[in-house]
Order: sequence, then structure tokens, then C-alpha cells
Amino acid sequence: MTIRNHTTLKTFAWPTALAGTMALATLLMPAALPAAQSKSPTPQVTVAKVASPQIRIENFQFTPAAVTVPVGTTVTWTNDDGTLHTVTSTTKAFSSAGLDEGGVFSYTFTSPGTYSYFCKLHPHMTGTIVVQ
Amino acid sequence: MNRHFLGQHHDRIQADPSGDGVDRRGFLECMAWVGTGLLWTVSGGILSSRRLAFAASEQPPLLGGEFSFVQISDSHIGFAADANRDVTGTLQLAIERINALQPAPAFLLHTGDLTHGQKPGEFDTLAENLKSVRARQVFYVPGEHDVFADEGKAYLDRYGKGTLGQGWHSFDYNGVHFIGLNNVSDLKAGGLGALGAEQVEWLGQDVAGLSSSTPIVVFAHIPLWAVYPQWGWGTDDAEQALSYLRRFGSVTVLNGHIHQILQKVEGNITFHTAMSTAFPQPAPGTAPGPGPMKVPDDRLRKVLGIRKVNVVQIPGPLAIIDSTLG
Repeated sequence: MTIRNHTTLKTFAWPTALAGTMALATLLMPAALPAAQSKSPTPQVTVAKVASPQIRIENFQFTPAAVTVPVGTTVTWTNDDGTLHTVTSTTKAFSSAGLDEGGVFSYTFTSPGTYSYFCKLHPHMTGTIVVQ
Repeated sequence: MNRHFLGQHHDRIQADPSGDGVDRRGFLECMAWVGTGLLWTVSGGILSSRRLAFAASEQPPLLGGEFSFVQISDSHIGFAADANRDVTGTLQLAIERINALQPAPAFLLHTGDLTHGQKPGEFDTLAENLKSVRARQVFYVPGEHDVFADEGKAYLDRYGKGTLGQGWHSFDYNGVHFIGLNNVSDLKAGGLGALGAEQVEWLGQDVAGLSSSTPIVVFAHIPLWAVYPQWGWGTDDAEQALSYLRRFGSVTVLNGHIHQILQKVEGNITFHTAMSTAFPQPAPGTAPGPGPMKVPDDRLRKVLGIRKVNVVQIPGPLAIIDSTLG
């Protein structure tokens, strides 16, 4: 991976678990690179282009289900579904209270890593935030 | 008369002559011969079950040792969205139905989701309403809505007395062994309901000394069989728990969570999910998700209900009668 020598990489530790090619390309050309160009086997990832990515909860799903963001990003979930949901990390790193329809929960990711989360009331609803 | 209809060949449900608007689709007729017992469940109109068994005026006195109890489920106190803006009102309707039963049931089982959001006052409102029910006692198991916000602390503060762990317990009544299980306290991402090793092991020990002719009733919130795993309607480690119960001649599993009646028979074990007293949910796979389902206002009472279970002295499964609130 020749891009590894780019100066951007020197500012923070590089988590080895991340799929390298696609995530690297994201940092270099955030405005231009769609996720479909990735050669990595990971599921479709939405590039976080705005300062505060928004995740919608609707139809018993987190949309988008997988998001990659830089360290320090605040992610916001909004419950657009007609029933109570939660946003709960599987490692107890964060958990919303019960969110009614219209309820909002935000969390700022200050450490890199892969954060899996789910809804405590409907555990088949799952999502992932990759922080790099 | 209990023994009579239980021992005889089944009858057909007729179209409801009372004209109360319950259409054929609202009826669920499920009869099965299991051993020497007849499992009889009707959903949709009290009239059918009355004709066959228990018209209020014809209710025979239960013979010695026989009794009935009532299951209610998913009261969701605190819910106030479109599907039902008055869940306390429909709960009161359910209590009126219960109080009209003759003879009065020995006790109530509440199979969880007492509250909707564990918000302040929700548990209290439920308790206040249940004070007017004509039954000696209410036994509870929690639903995920009762424990998600605080790892079950508020629920156990109120209903944990006499229970173990996260609220499991058993008791005996007139020779029937009742087991209340908690399969909602340790839900894992992507998983279904879960009992946990400690509770399963307790269950094994709890029934170890019972003779196989002891009727067993298990009550737990999430179904103990795989109704529809895509929506979380099942319990990951139920099979191990059920393995301790397969030797018994009559095991009745009563669940809630899915807000509709579905049933299954596996050998001597019969499974029944129950209607909610708050709002219905869609049939498996018929909607994007298992959320509250809005029905026309004049149909709401017909998709909510209570369940009366008669325990009668013949070997085999229990006679179960479902009735709607209107």
C-alpha cells in the first residue's frame, strides 16, 4: 500500500483491524470517492462527509447500518420509527435512553476503533461505527 | 361438563350469530388431540367458547382440585401513539373481563412488558389498575420494555421479592407446578431472547424432584420457540430448558411479546403466545418490522384480549380459552 507514506497517516495510530485501502482513499479524497470503488470485502460503508453524520432509525433498521468517521466526530441518531428504540453499544461504551419517535441521541467518538451497537428492545437491529 | 367436552370429539365454530362484527378471519380455531386431552383455543369472540364450554350462566362448579387462572400480557403502560392512545383504558377493559369470569380465577399471570418505557409512574399506574382485579394474586415475569433502561432494577424492586437472579421463580398451586422465567434481561446484539446458563440450570434443579405426571405451566415473555427469528421472536437457549421438561406428561408454555396468538405443539409441550391488552402487532413477515399495528378504532378491542386457562383433572394439556375485549 504505497499510500501508507502519506503525511495524513502520521497524525494518529492506524488500527490494524480496518480494511486499509478503502478507508485510506476516503481520507485522501473525501468528496470524490464512492464506497463502491472499494476492493475490501467489508459491507457497504457510507463515507462521513459532514461534520456530524446522521443515522435514521426507521422500519426497525439503523440507516445507514455501517458508518466510518474520523476520531472526534459526533454521530447523531434520530428515531423516525413509530416505536421506542435504543442505541446501545455492545461494549457499554455508550447507550441512549429509550428514544420515542422523534427522539435524538448523539455520541462523540474520541477513540479509534470499531463500535458495534444495537437496540436493546429489538436486538436484531444492529449497526457499526468505525472510527479511525 | 369440563370433562365432557374435553373427552369428546370436536365441534365446529359457527359463524357468530350475535352479529357483533367479528368476521371469520378473526377466528382462530385450533384443536388438537394430544394424548387423551383436547386442546381448545378460540380467539375472536367469547360466544364460540361459551357454546362449547363456558357460557357464563352455565359454568359448572369446578370439581375438587380444578381451578382456572388468567394470563394477561403486554400492557405497555406509557404507550400513547396511534395504535392505542389509551392503553390504561384497554387494560381496565381487560380487568372488567377478568372480573366478570365465573368462578373467579385463582390468580393472574402477567407475561411481561408491564410498562412501555420504564418512565416514572408507569409501574405505579399498572399496580394501581390491577388493584381492582378480582384475583387473589398476580405473578409477573418481565418483558424487555420493563428492564432495558436500568438492567431491571425498578422491576426487581417491585416484583423481585421471592424470585431469584433476574426475577425467575416457581410455585405450586393445586398440584400444578408454575415456572416464571426471565428471557429478556441479557439480550445480545443480533440475538433472540436469552435465559442464561444460571437460570437454565436452576430450572433443571427446580423440576428434578417432580414426578412426570405433575402438570407444568411455564410463563415467560419472549416465545420459547422460534416463531420468527428475523424479528427476534424466539429464545436462543430455550432448547436446553425444554429438555428438562420433555419427560412431563403435560407442559403448557405461555408467552407474550408478539401481541397475537400463535400456538405450537411439540409432543407433550404446547406453546401459546397471547394477545396484548395495549396494541396488536403484525403477523410474522407481513410488515417491515414488529411494531405497533394500527387497526380501525372499532376493531381495536377485537385484537386485544385476555386468556383464561382451565386446569381440569384429566391427563393431558390444559383447556385454554382466549377472548377479546370487545
